[in-house]
Amino acid sequence: MKHGKYPLIITFLVPPLLLYGIFVLSPYLQAFQISTTNWLGYSASADYVGLENFGNLLRDGALWNAVRNNAILLVLLPVLTIGLGLFFASMLNMGGRRGTAGVVGVRGSGAYKLVYFFPQVLSVVIIALLWKEVYHPNNGLLNATLRGIGLPAPTWLGDPRTAFWAVLAVMIWSNVGFYVVLFGAAMQAIPKDIYEAVMLDGASRWTTLTRVTIPLLWDTVQVAWIYLAIAALDGFILIQQMTDGGPNHSSDVIGLRMYNTAFGSETKFGYASAIGVVMFFLTLSVAVLALRASRRDRIEYS
Amino acid sequence: MKRRDILRRTAAASLLAVPATGLLTGCALGGDDDNSGGESLEGTKSEQNPLGVKEDAPLEVVIFNGGFGEEYAKAHEAMYTEKYPKATIKHSATQEINKTLQPRFVDGTPPDVVNNSGAGQIDFNGLVSQDALADLGELLDAPSLDIPGKKVRDTLLPGVVDVGSYDGKFLVLSYAYTAYGIWYSTKLFTDRGWQYGKTWDDHIALCRQIKAAGIAPWTYAGKHPRYMSWPVISMAVKLGGQDVAKAIDNLEPNAWKSDAMKAAADAWYQIVKDGFIMPGSPGLDHVQSQTEWCRGKAAFISCGSWLESEQAKVTPAGFNMTVAPTPSLGPGDKLPFEAMRGTASEPFMVPAKAKNRAGGLEYLRTMLSMKGAQDFTKKVSSLSVVVGATQGAELPVGLTSVVKALDASGSNGFNWVYNNYYRKLERELVDAACGEFFSGRTTPAEFLDQCQKGADQIAGDSSIKKYKRQ
Repeated sequence: MKHGKYPLIITFLVPPLLLYGIFVLSPYLQAFQISTTNWLGYSASADYVGLENFGNLLRDGALWNAVRNNAILLVLLPVLTIGLGLFFASMLNMGGRRGTAGVVGVRGSGAYKLVYFFPQVLSVVIIALLWKEVYHPNNGLLNATLRGIGLPAPTWLGDPRTAFWAVLAVMIWSNVGFYVVLFGAAMQAIPKDIYEAVMLDGASRWTTLTRVTIPLLWDTVQVAWIYLAIAALDGFILIQQMTDGGPNHSSDVIGLRMYNTAFGSETKFGYASAIGVVMFFLTLSVAVLALRASRRDRIEYS
Repeated sequence: MKRRDILRRTAAASLLAVPATGLLTGCALGGDDDNSGGESLEGTKSEQNPLGVKEDAPLEVVIFNGGFGEEYAKAHEAMYTEKYPKATIKHSATQEINKTLQPRFVDGTPPDVVNNSGAGQIDFNGLVSQDALADLGELLDAPSLDIPGKKVRDTLLPGVVDVGSYDGKFLVLSYAYTAYGIWYSTKLFTDRGWQYGKTWDDHIALCRQIKAAGIAPWTYAGKHPRYMSWPVISMAVKLGGQDVAKAIDNLEPNAWKSDAMKAAADAWYQIVKDGFIMPGSPGLDHVQSQTEWCRGKAAFISCGSWLESEQAKVTPAGFNMTVAPTPSLGPGDKLPFEAMRGTASEPFMVPAKAKNRAGGLEYLRTMLSMKGAQDFTKKVSSLSVVVGATQGAELPVGLTSVVKALDASGSNGFNWVYNNYYRKLERELVDAACGEFFSGRTTPAEFLDQCQKGADQIAGDSSIKKYKRQ
């Protein structure tokens, strides 16, 4: 049996690795190569220009504007999504205070769980279209409600002061459901007797959450942080569908810059690849940093 | 657990577009530039066959599957095979011209005819500067297929050759003819007893009247505010003559800040200042704003003649949309009120490396025949660039008004092409400036400054090829 092990492993491993190499790794490497050329995308010729594209990147005001927006996303998206996710998950799983056993969710938590997960089953494009109508300045759900209660109704997606934040809200809305489920699952794994002990000591919900639940969920929070950080550096689909980076570039992101440079208003594939390479390193360093910064001792339940 | 996931997520999130472009062009860079397309198939030229089509050579046609659909193209293809029964035609239609065809251009095996249109259009500056397009000059000098005694050149509406020419070479045949103007519903206007104002003062007076009646005078596509650059530039061209547009097209210094542009921007600022624009317009996209307009919430909208078919599904019966030229600024205008922007659109091209280049040209000649053009107008309710092809056809209300307006405009018609030469300038830079201006955040002077800054940015970018409009 033992000597048959390696052929088996190889048979299972080689095809996926080959596919990964051809369809993921090799394009990456080529993107690096293309980023050092002035390739315009529609002929087979391109001149090697060294690091000129990267030099131009540094002086590209439109790109810096996009980087700034991504940086804001990078800070706010994980914080708000994880915060809301933890809050909802703990309410659904241990927020209820009826009875003495205590460790149950609020009333109707089953239904809430279902509702929170809705956005996750919709495709991002559908979410974008849906919210575009919700934000419709005259007939939208949001402004109709605001007018109904006598509040001013801003032009959400048409005003540089609000457009970016309106999209950020949608990003959080569409992400939070998944993390509620993720955190909820992790909470289920925490032994109930810990909570019973905490409650006997008379801890409030807030103390329970911050002193017990979050430390015990740290691994999961860390994963969520990295996922969300990566999502924050992207944001392309929602932005492109909802605002196309406008008005006046106020909601631009790096991914949209790259897309427009190659496929949109220009065909500068060399320059777009350079933007892609920068994004690659940004994403990679953010992921590594997030892992480093949040490293803690792992708690094992015995 | 997570490292592998991280990599995968990174792949998905960060380099969304790059893997695709890199992959599809696998051996693109460093490959040889010439001959990869092989020899072009050619037959012997004759009176019957002036372009030298090889009668059994296969022909590949790629159509943009947008507002016009693909049925009209299938009819043209049938006409082609009627003349060359031995030829087989490979037809395909897509909305993503760019993503579908980019690898084939790099590979040197592009199709023979490409309808390069829509949001996924390939930037012409990129194509032309990389010599990817065949010269269509030969087609212009070939005799028309079914209009006796005329060359193809003489069967085209004015401006068609101009708009498809880059540095004097005719490379792009735009097949549909589009008029740009200001649209309103004749029903609404008759019901209320309003009259379209021919001068700007009359227009403003009418706007006041409309607003008093509880309707917003104007709306526009806030997500694509460049639609509003068209009436502004139109007004400037009518005031200052064709050179105003030429200066903009040729990226001349301070072309956007010419006296005519200043006067036009000042004039249009009035509708912003006086609150004549429907509140919320900056937050609408083109379909949303056009729909508000169709619902009678706003009286005027700036658009091209595709508006009628784009809105067909939501236009109420009896709405009767009509196009009118931009109002004149005053008696000092160089062009009369009737002058309007008309231009050929819906571009077709034959790639330089097409295998059956002669067949591609012949296909365009088939499209430009009287029979082909009439069939197009009948099928898609749009004008073609062939003179007189609408005669006898029954046109919908809006298109009838377009034909009438273009007739009245006649030789005073004008156009600009900077949007073809430098796509980014209109689509991104002037677009953003219009958004700021028409939502009231910038003054006319700041608006023109922002446009000029955009033009200067393009002018100063050595990686963008510059063209000169004659």
